[in-house]
Amino acid sequence: MVSRVTDDYLDMAAAGCQAVCEPAFWAGFDRSSVDGFFDYFRQLTEHEPKRAAKFGLLHFTWLCINPKESEDVKLAEDVLSIIPKFLDKPNVLGIGEIGLNKNSRNELKVLEMHVDMAAKYNQLILVHTPHLEDKLKGTRLIIEVLKNDSRIRPERCIIDHVEEHTVEMVLNAGFWAGMTLYPESKCTAARAVDIVETYGQQRLWMNSACDWGVSVPLAVPYAALEMRKRGHTAEAVDKLVYQNPITFLSQSPKFKI
Amino acid sequence: MTRQQVLDLYFMENRAKLIDIGAFIDRIERATGEEDFRMKAFRTALGELSKGQPAKARRVLLSLSDPTTEPISVATTKAASGAWPGTK
Repeated sequence: MVSRVTDDYLDMAAAGCQAVCEPAFWAGFDRSSVDGFFDYFRQLTEHEPKRAAKFGLLHFTWLCINPKESEDVKLAEDVLSIIPKFLDKPNVLGIGEIGLNKNSRNELKVLEMHVDMAAKYNQLILVHTPHLEDKLKGTRLIIEVLKNDSRIRPERCIIDHVEEHTVEMVLNAGFWAGMTLYPESKCTAARAVDIVETYGQQRLWMNSACDWGVSVPLAVPYAALEMRKRGHTAEAVDKLVYQNPITFLSQSPKFKI
Repeated sequence: MTRQQVLDLYFMENRAKLIDIGAFIDRIERATGEEDFRMKAFRTALGELSKGQPAKARRVLLSLSDPTTEPISVATTKAASGAWPGTK
């Protein structure tokens, strides 16, 4: 969790978390060259696993150039050219978080390049859907890109940050859907449990946002508490917060817990 | 859960959120200058809550969303504003 302090690892371990799955994402500013990404990928594949291991946490990661930096297609091509060097690292689960941010033509082009790489290297895919007013349109465009590539199997892709207006289209298209828990944007714990109660637990999971913004690394344990408050059984809680992620992630032979 | 149980769990929290929304609109109306598209979209979204239709959270989100389907030519910002400027 490159954007978080070590205390967050301590809190997560104390709350019973067993593993961290960290996608490559925006640094809060645009990196100036491919070299910045090379160092970032080393941080994700070499340094962070060691930092997490001090607290007994397994650390897994996903690699890409985030959609927020995808307007620069040449930079994206350069970054994509170094990703294969890291795909064999033991904690790399796949390509992510790819997707769209403002739904531009260049973002779409870079998304297609990432999807092509995932298909060529038989990698799982983690997709970021845009924020706020851009999410509906972006989710539709992303599903279109994934569906248009016959090599991509929906059950090997998770489309993240779904909300009430996008979850149905993601699940109906056969993909996994992730609900990212965030205090202000995206989804609160109460709304995530509402979505589970409406759509069931099939191909659905929750994750805690742990980034540069105001976010809560223990959001998933708090959402589990929310489920228990509503009378969900221990088995139902376990399926959503533990078994479902294991089912999806175990499609990568590197994911062992 | 029964409706009584839902009320017992969530009424106070949502009563507070409702008052916060009222206070926010009061604050806007007390301030000087013009509103922008966000407040217009906010008022439209609020209207979704009193229509008596199901799936109110979904309807609010849809009313705040860009409904177009074509990619934009170029991203000139990374940020989202929370409302679509084209809201009627």
